[in-house]
Amino acid sequence: MLNTFMQSRLRGLIILALILVILPAFLGNPFHYELVTQMAIIAATVVGLNLLVGFAGQISLGHAGFFGLGAYFTGIATGTYGWSSVPALVVGAIAVGAIAWIVGRPILRLKGHYLSMATLAVGFIIAIILNNERALTGGPDGMPVPAFEVFGWQLSTFGSYSLFGMEIEGFQAWYIFASVVLLVAVWFALNLIESPIGRALRSVHGSEVAASVVGVNTAKYKSLVFVISAIYASLMGSLYAHFQGFITPAVASFEFSILFITMVVLGGMGSTFGVILGAVVLKLLPQVLADFQELEHVMFGLILMLTMIFMPKGLLPTLSAFVSKKMRKKAGGEA
Amino acid sequence: MFKTVIRRAGKCAAVAAASLMMMSAQAADPIKIGSFLSVTGPASFLGDPELKTLEMYVEKINEEGGVLGRQLELIHYDDVGNASSARNFASRLIRSDQVDIIVGGSTTGATMAAVPLVEQAQVPFISLAGAVVITNPVKKWVFKTPQTDRMAAERILADMKDRGITKFGLISGTGGFGSSGRTQTLEVAEQMGMEVVADETYSGSDTDMTAQLTNIRNTSGVQAVLNFGFGQGPAIVTRNYAQLGMELPFYQSHGVASDSFLELAGSSAEGLRLPASPLLVPDSLPDDDPQKEVVQNYKAEYEARWDSKVSTFGAYAYDGLMLAVRAMEEAGSTDPEAVRNALENINGYVGVTGVFNMSPEDHNGLDPESFRILEVQNGEWKLIN
Repeated sequence: MLNTFMQSRLRGLIILALILVILPAFLGNPFHYELVTQMAIIAATVVGLNLLVGFAGQISLGHAGFFGLGAYFTGIATGTYGWSSVPALVVGAIAVGAIAWIVGRPILRLKGHYLSMATLAVGFIIAIILNNERALTGGPDGMPVPAFEVFGWQLSTFGSYSLFGMEIEGFQAWYIFASVVLLVAVWFALNLIESPIGRALRSVHGSEVAASVVGVNTAKYKSLVFVISAIYASLMGSLYAHFQGFITPAVASFEFSILFITMVVLGGMGSTFGVILGAVVLKLLPQVLADFQELEHVMFGLILMLTMIFMPKGLLPTLSAFVSKKMRKKAGGEA
Repeated sequence: MFKTVIRRAGKCAAVAAASLMMMSAQAADPIKIGSFLSVTGPASFLGDPELKTLEMYVEKINEEGGVLGRQLELIHYDDVGNASSARNFASRLIRSDQVDIIVGGSTTGATMAAVPLVEQAQVPFISLAGAVVITNPVKKWVFKTPQTDRMAAERILADMKDRGITKFGLISGTGGFGSSGRTQTLEVAEQMGMEVVADETYSGSDTDMTAQLTNIRNTSGVQAVLNFGFGQGPAIVTRNYAQLGMELPFYQSHGVASDSFLELAGSSAEGLRLPASPLLVPDSLPDDDPQKEVVQNYKAEYEARWDSKVSTFGAYAYDGLMLAVRAMEEAGSTDPEAVRNALENINGYVGVTGVFNMSPEDHNGLDPESFRILEVQNGEWKLIN
């Protein structure tokens, strides 16, 4: 029974929704809400990146660049030019999608990992531009971003709102908002994976030669998914900027790109729910380890190393394989 | 197995109860001082002495009976020089630890990332970072202890003017510190009627600045050279300057005002001038200088406790903590609004960095004269004025 339950993709979405509904019972204070909201935003970004890494088998080392572009586009459009949040978010995403298409289209015609080199360069260029265009971006010291607003209605972590007759605080409202965004992001990703595009992508990942032999336009599908994952990053970057209220070029840094990739690999490449777990673990560790100070980096490295040695497929795939193996054993023992 | 679980739970409960009793044995709740500093990472040369200073003086104040009859508790996080983790830790301090005041923020980026949060949460915040944007425009809840880069530019240019220099060449780093310093220098020069005849830059990873310096030397009318930068860049500029045999008066910024710069630059630093904290020359200060005693004490106490050289950055934390304590004593409580008002009205507090006179228009409270102009003579700092 558990197996059929695990296999249905919508069930996974329902479990995630249930977790998000129950979670507030365990959140003690506003800071916890804030942390979980950040996790949800980052997790949605990683779900998008996973489409590229886990399904098309291509690695992007510049995803933070797209994330940062989205964040800065929102910051500059809403902060400096007084745009409303939604148009800024959409125009930013279209612009980032276009950049990704221009970068990806010629490169993805080639076989192999040329995309990682190109994205590495693009990520660096974006970070350098954000650092140097002081007049526009505030340079290395960063820039403030106004609260998210739709039609004059503001969503600030310090406000308070009424929802269905209930008084809720701004940080709770943000939590609900980010949860819905994450669910939509996951729902879209799951549908894409099960669509003809998703099947084409998996065939590319399995064997690019075989895929092109049976008539899959590999270059087209690879660049399509690259653009989609860049748009994911841009949208989430915009939300992140609104939520944080302040951004620095660090959001577009190479370290941040690596963090995204690490979340995918740690959680489990190709597993949409696995990468969410990866994002949660990697966002949580620095906070949990904050009390150890000197040992923080050592423990961080150790945890990553042990996971990769003993769970090379990633956290969630290994754990669920372990659980279903136990279940089978138990069922076999009883029979 | 069930029994062992019960037994363990019992033990845990006993330990928890005992620790609860110990906690209630202490008198009033401690005053919580929150801090986020760049103790590790690229800005650790700022955060490390700052944390050491905070730890040591919180201990000292507690031994002497605390503040308002309550002990101080320092809650500290390391932001690794990363602005977004600084923001997260500031949020944790405000919302989870519910601190009474924040003294921290080693870099301008870390400080500015926390500012929107602090302003909305209405918690007094004393920053330890340099750039002028932190307190200009004035933000209701944000104060800072280091002098601004603008004051450094004012002090240097005033000293040039005294020596009859009106045209000088500028060479600056492209990092945050250098480029902010460059902007301020250009503005101040215009205000003071001086002319920047050459304007060169270098990036943090450059290993040779001979080309830029040659350009400056070949510019007609240049009477002096100023280098605004941070880290190893200025040491390389200084060496290149000596190698090229340039004889013009040479100025550095307060960004390199430390003994380690003297070691890096060696004999090529001879004759250069820079604005610096009096902490570099505690013993040559005149006896009637109000700061002399404070500076000497801080240096002696820090070096005795940590067995390492005192640094001007630690002094920012010293002043931040002492300003916080003084504000709480004057407010008579830890009520955020009262503490903030008291901070804003602090007058004549003699610190290591300078004499602070806060006002609603000035949340820094220092004047350019708190910088001392030093000259390197025989490999040592010499007080000029």
